[in-house]
This record gives sequence, structure tokens and C-alpha cells, in this order.
Amino acid sequence: MKHNKKLDNFCLILVMIFLFLPIFVLILFSFNTSRLNIVFEGFTFHWYKDLFSNRMLLDSLGNTLIVAVISTLISTIVGTISAYALKKYDFPFKNFINELLYIPVVIPEIVLGISLLCIYTVLKFELGMMTLILSHISFSIPFVIISVRSVLEQMDPNLEQAASDLGASKLKTFFYIVIPSLMPGIFSGAQLAFTLSLDDVVISYFTAGPDSNTLPLQIYSMIKTGVTPDVNALITIMLLIIFLVLCVSMVINIRNLNKGELK
Amino acid sequence: MKKVIVKLENFSKKFGEKEIIKDINLEIYEGEFLTFLGSSGCGKTTILRSISGLDTPSSGKVYIDGEDVTNFEPPQRQVNTIFQNYALFPLMTVEKNIAFGLKMKKVPKEEIQKRVTKMLDLVHLNGYEKRKPKELSGGEQQRVSIARGLINNPKVLLLDEPLSALDLKLRKKMQLELKQLQRKLGITFIYVTHDQEEALSMSDRIVVLKDGRIEQIGTPVEVYENPKSLYVADFLGEANVFKGKITDRNNKYTLVTMQDGSVLKCYEKQFNLEDMVSLVVRPENIKINVKNKAFLRGKIVEQVYDGAFTKIHIKYEKQIVKSMISGNDKLHQVGDEVTISWDIEDAIVLRSEDGE
Amino acid sequence: MASKKRIIKVVFLLPVIVYSIFLIFLPLLYIFTISFYKSDSYGGMIHTITFENYWELFDAVYVKIFLQSFIIAIITTIICVLIAYPFVLAVSHKKKQTQQVLMTMVMVPFLTNSLIRMYGWIVLLRKSGIINSLLTGLSIIDEPLPLMYNNLGIVIGMVYTLLPFMILPLYSSVSTIENSLLEASSDLGANKIKTFFHIILPQTFPGLFNGALMVFTPALGYFFIVDILGGGKIMILGNLIKNQFLTARNWPLGAAISVTILLIITIVILVYRKLGGKMDDLGGV
Repeated sequence: MKHNKKLDNFCLILVMIFLFLPIFVLILFSFNTSRLNIVFEGFTFHWYKDLFSNRMLLDSLGNTLIVAVISTLISTIVGTISAYALKKYDFPFKNFINELLYIPVVIPEIVLGISLLCIYTVLKFELGMMTLILSHISFSIPFVIISVRSVLEQMDPNLEQAASDLGASKLKTFFYIVIPSLMPGIFSGAQLAFTLSLDDVVISYFTAGPDSNTLPLQIYSMIKTGVTPDVNALITIMLLIIFLVLCVSMVINIRNLNKGELK
Repeated sequence: MKKVIVKLENFSKKFGEKEIIKDINLEIYEGEFLTFLGSSGCGKTTILRSISGLDTPSSGKVYIDGEDVTNFEPPQRQVNTIFQNYALFPLMTVEKNIAFGLKMKKVPKEEIQKRVTKMLDLVHLNGYEKRKPKELSGGEQQRVSIARGLINNPKVLLLDEPLSALDLKLRKKMQLELKQLQRKLGITFIYVTHDQEEALSMSDRIVVLKDGRIEQIGTPVEVYENPKSLYVADFLGEANVFKGKITDRNNKYTLVTMQDGSVLKCYEKQFNLEDMVSLVVRPENIKINVKNKAFLRGKIVEQVYDGAFTKIHIKYEKQIVKSMISGNDKLHQVGDEVTISWDIEDAIVLRSEDGE
Repeated sequence: MASKKRIIKVVFLLPVIVYSIFLIFLPLLYIFTISFYKSDSYGGMIHTITFENYWELFDAVYVKIFLQSFIIAIITTIICVLIAYPFVLAVSHKKKQTQQVLMTMVMVPFLTNSLIRMYGWIVLLRKSGIINSLLTGLSIIDEPLPLMYNNLGIVIGMVYTLLPFMILPLYSSVSTIENSLLEASSDLGANKIKTFFHIILPQTFPGLFNGALMVFTPALGYFFIVDILGGGKIMILGNLIKNQFLTARNWPLGAAISVTILLIITIVILVYRKLGGKMDDLGGV
């Protein structure tokens, strides 16, 4: 089938410009001598130095990372075990539980956010890191479960039986056979959980306490009062890290793809 | 007296309301190659899984080497299974796959290494240690799964249609290899298949199953040449069935009269006058146009040459009689009117079953 | 030994049961319950059963916000479809390796902070922003254009934030179309437009619906985009709920609005399932 290459490329470039324009602007202004993100006046690394003395910003970044790492870790473990258990075992109300798990995926985050806020208030939980982490775990688990389940569905059911037949106990089978086979699903689930947590605004907005500002919340309040270019500098550094990580994973992906084509 | 290694006692299995296995009693001897033969859904795999512990019987008991293992989990039983799709662990190398059973038993590393090497020798896979299952051909995967099953020195090796995924030529080769391996090791092999030819060529004894019951047990020769029922006769090899009523008998012969009035002679001593019986004659025993012997007359409707044999289909009354002549048959042609006969001792006399 | 099996089963199942009951079911049940309570004037709640909160939603003010919210969400969804389709098709025409690179690039902006990206748009769109300075500098326009603090700004922000949720499912369903199918279609004389409507659209419908749902639903609730790019004059359901819970402290009314949204989403999901959609596809972003 012939495609109009020019039209294709035009379309790709247009979308890419749309996607990267605001980011490019932010990066550009991180080197701007002017404090206002309006006109580019001159080149400086000044804001990168300033960044490291901006305690509020760094603290919020620290909180964001702590919440993201802990919630990803817990939701990945719980999600993996749950996906396995839900496939393997039957119990009363199993369908009901299965349906419940889709709720965080399909409802607007704001509804989940306020319902969690309500429960914390009723239970007299003080809003802070704990409630924040709990909330992030709460919206991540279903994504991990779905991700792991998609790999689980493709797993040969005979593998577990073979392991059992060869003398492995239930637990050993789980750790030696099941977990390694599920790794791709676990990994992509964790990746998803981590990204969702890093960037979450809505649920954090309702469930964070005064001492647990995350980076998104910090920037949210800064947008109202005025963003300083050291935020641009921080975002530029974060982008650089993300870019490097993505490059590595992309190279691996493409290498696998090439291998696949050789076969 | 041969030693009993596996014993099934009043063994039954239900899935929901459906009874898959109905009260089976069976003794399997040490060192034999025993095959469960039956069509799909006859319960043969269920029996195998109950011996390995992957299923438990609904009632009855399973003994392995004299010990009641009915409620034992698979890891506690000294048997291993070769799965239909091999179930090799895809992320582990050949070596790790084979070593898995020993690793679970916490056998020291050096000994694992020694025994893995021995196993690789046994199945002719030296040099394949570091490969992953997906880098192997079907036959090689099959050998890995056999090595993996044997390394634990099981008292019994259970094989669940292990050759069904292979192409015909490889299947024949593996049949031979499996048989040789079994003879060499002296381990009991319990084999499940729906392929009668596989069962005949490999087994010491065949257990023919039908609807969860044992239809017949015997050596390949016994079940082929002396089937106890029409089902067995039909399932193992091809069978021409001639139905009729016993109308006369003397010291030597019994005479069976068919519906069209033709009278057939046969040897038997168990039936009475007026009994309805079926005469079963194997295609290779059917003789065409042999002088002085004209039991029945028919017309050739099909002739198929397949290398070693020529298959000839003869229409007689409403049925097709199949015969087989070795080599390329040039004597007969489609459309020929011919006579059909057989040696009297080649006709197996069975009770006619209702509706068959 | 059978009991050991039981212990493992309980240990494996306990987390998911505790989680789904305590962090999903009970919170939502609580919201549902208080939507029938009455609020007193001090931000507390009177435990009765009343449909007053739901009646209040028919007040012109709230009806307007509901309509506005749905219109913004629908327009956002449509624009996302219009951008994503040509983009995804263009991507699928490339080599597999190039496809990988392009799809990774789509993900890059979304791994950064969504608020800072909104800020990027402010820098671009405001009166003294880059686009307006560029246009006035080149004398294309005399007066700066009102690009934000209005519905346009909100829609730009929504489309920007939610576009990947449309692109990803659409891409995965487009990549399942066999090239031979398209070739057969063109071989049989169908032109590009016909091929699109007869082959591509039906084949990618699951991805399309999936994407639409993943764009539409958050678009009802992303109050922060409306706050930042709408300039405080415009409200969507997300702002309304937020205000009821945090500033007006009328929890029952906020709960009633949430329950109404849930009801609408449930109906959409039921339609999705009726059409053969799989729930697991919705979370596979």
C-alpha cells in the first residue's frame, strides 16, 4: 500500500511540535538571565545554582520521590500477588472484588481523591506522608494488577504443574517459576505506577498534609504566585534524566526488535 | 512374581456431576512400559494426573511402591511427568531446566552438575547446556523434558501424549528412542496416547479405556489379535465387521448366517445357537479372488497405493470391506467384480453389541 | 498440610481483599451515603435521608456547570481523536524501529510534571507570551489574541495533557491491522477514504472507544487545568466538587455531584462492555 510520505511526515512533525513546544520553552528559559519567563535576555547557569538553595522546591521533590518509590514498591508487590491470587483461587464475592478493582481506573481521579479524603477524616487519620502514600498505593494497584494479569494470561499453566511435579513447593514454585515469568508485566506495572505517582496532582491535592507537599502541588501553588526560573532548571535536569533512561530502554527495545527480525 | 509399583484401587473421579473415571482397579508392574489408550475424553490423562498428584481421585486409593499416596502432594511422590507441550521453563537454560528437580531437593552443586551431565549424555544433548528452550527444535525440547523428568530417579515416569506435537517422521524416531531408553533404564513408564499405532509399537501392556472404564488389558499382540470387544477391535487397527446369527454348529465349525443369507464359517466355543455375533477380520487378512474360496462377492470401488501397501476397498452389500495387499497391486482394478475370503482362523468372533 | 495450603491462599488473597474493601468500596459507599445527608451551616452533616442534594443539582447554576463540563470534555475528546488518528496512522507507516522511537517520544513530555507543562503553556499563550509577541512583532496582528483565561486555553491544556491516553490505545489497535488487509482493500479498488471507513475504523474501534473513555473521564475532573488556563472565571465539575469539599464545606452536595458523575461513567462503561470492550484494556496505558 502506498502512503503519502509528505503528508505523513507533516503530520508527525506537527504533533511533535505541539508536544514539545511548552517543554522546549521551559528549557530555554532555564538559561535566561531575566527572572521573568517572558523575553530571553541572555544566557546564564545562575538558576541551576539557585535551585540547590531553594529548600521548598527540593523538599517537595524529595517528598515526591519518597512517595513514588514507596508507593510503587508496595503497589507492585501487592498488585503482583493479587493478580496471581485472583487468577488462581476461588472465593466468595470474587467477581465483586474484581469489579471493584476497575473503579480506580475508570472513575475521575477527583472522585477517588475526595472519597479517600472522607475516609481519612472519618478514621481521624492526620493528613501527611502516610495518607499520601496510602492514596498513591490505592490508585496504582489496579494498574499493576491489570499489567501483571495480561502476562499471566499468556503463561503456560503446565509450568507450575511441572515445577510441582519436580518437587517444588507452592511457595518455591511461585518464586522460581511464576515471578520470573511475570517479570515483563511486573516491570511495566511498576513503571506505570511510578509515573502516575510522580505526576499525580488531583489525588495528592486532597490527601497531602501541610508537611507533605509534593512537587506538583508545590508548582501548583507557585503558578498562582509566580514561577521562578529555578523551577525551569529543575525540570530541565529531570527531563535530562528521563531522556537518558528512555534512550537506554529504547536502544534495548530496538535491539530486541532487530534480533526478532533476524530470526 | 513381578513387583507391583503402582496400584489403583476402586479408583473413581468426578468433575462436578460427571463421572470421568468409573471404579478402576489396576496393578502396574515395576519396569514395564504400560500404555493407556483411548480416544479423547476417555479419562486417560486424569488417571495419569492422579498418579502424579496433580489431581486427586474422588474415591478410591492410589499406591506407589506399596505406599498409599492418595492424598500426597506432587512434590512428595517419587514420580515425574512429561507434559504434552513439554512445559519447559522458558527463562531457564537447558541445564537449569534439567537441574530444577535436584535444586528443589537441595542436592549439592557438584552432584547436580555431575548428574546433569549424565542426563545430557543419556538424551544426546551435550553442548546444548546454555541454550534456552525456544532455541531448540521440538524433538530437542522433548529430550530436555525427558531428561528433566528422569534426573530425580523417579520410580515411575508418566508421559502424557509426549509425541503428539512432533511431525510424523520425528515421532517414529522418538518412539524408538523412548522404548530403548526405557529398556536401558528399567524404569516403569506409564504412557498415555490416543494413537493406537504408537501404543502397539512401544508398550509391554496396553490398557484400552472407554468412557472411564477399562475395556481390555493385554500385550499389544493380545489386544490386536484377540480383542474382547468390537470397540477394541475397531480402535486398534482397522476392522471389517460381518454381522450374523449362529444358525448351526458342529465339533469343528460354527456357522453364521448373515442378513443376505450368506453363510460364514468360523471357530468359537463360547456362543450358543441363535446368538447374534460379529466376525471381525483385519484388512491384511482379507483375500481377493482366491480359488476355491468364495465367501462373499463384491465390487472394487477404490484402490489406493501408499508405497508399502495397496489398499483396496470393496463394496459388499451396504458395507465397504477394506483389504490390504503388500506392494503395488496390479492384478485388480476399480470396477472389478471379485470374491472376498479369509482363513477361517483369522475371523475373530465377538458378541454383537446393541446399536453397533 | 491441607491447612498449609489454606494459609498460603489466605496470605495471597488478604491484601487485595483488604485493599479493595477499605480503599475502594468503603470510601465510595461513604460518599454515596453522605450524598443523602443534609449539611448544616457549620460544615457538619445531619444524618437524615434526603434527596435535596440531588434536587439542588437542577439549579440553573449547577446545570450550567454540568453542561459546560461535558462540552469541554466532549470537545477535548473529539480534538484528541482528530489529532491522534492521522498521527497514529502516520506512525504505523514507518519502519518498526522508527515506530519505537516515535512512540517513546510521545511519552517523554508525560514523564515530566503535568503542572510545569501547563506553566509552559502559560508562557506561550499569555498576552505578553511568546506566541503573541511573535505575532505582534511580525505585525501580523495589532492586539494580542486572548489565547488563555478562556475556554480555548482550557481545551488546549486538556488536549495536551490527555492526548497520549488517546494515542496509546489507538496505536496498539492500529498496529494489529495486518498490512495485507490494507493491500487487499486497495487491490480490490477501495480508495484511501473508503479503506479508512471500511477497514481501519472498524478494526480500531475498540482502541478508539478505550481512548475516548480515558480522555473524557479525566477531562470532567481536571480542575487544575481549568484553574490555571481558565483564569478562575470558568468552572467544571472538578472545580465544583473541590469547592464543595474544601471551601464551601458542603460535603453532601459534593458527594451528590460525585455520585452523579459515577452514574454517568457507569452507563458509559456498560455501553462499552455491551459493545464487547474488555475492562483490562482500559488500564493498559
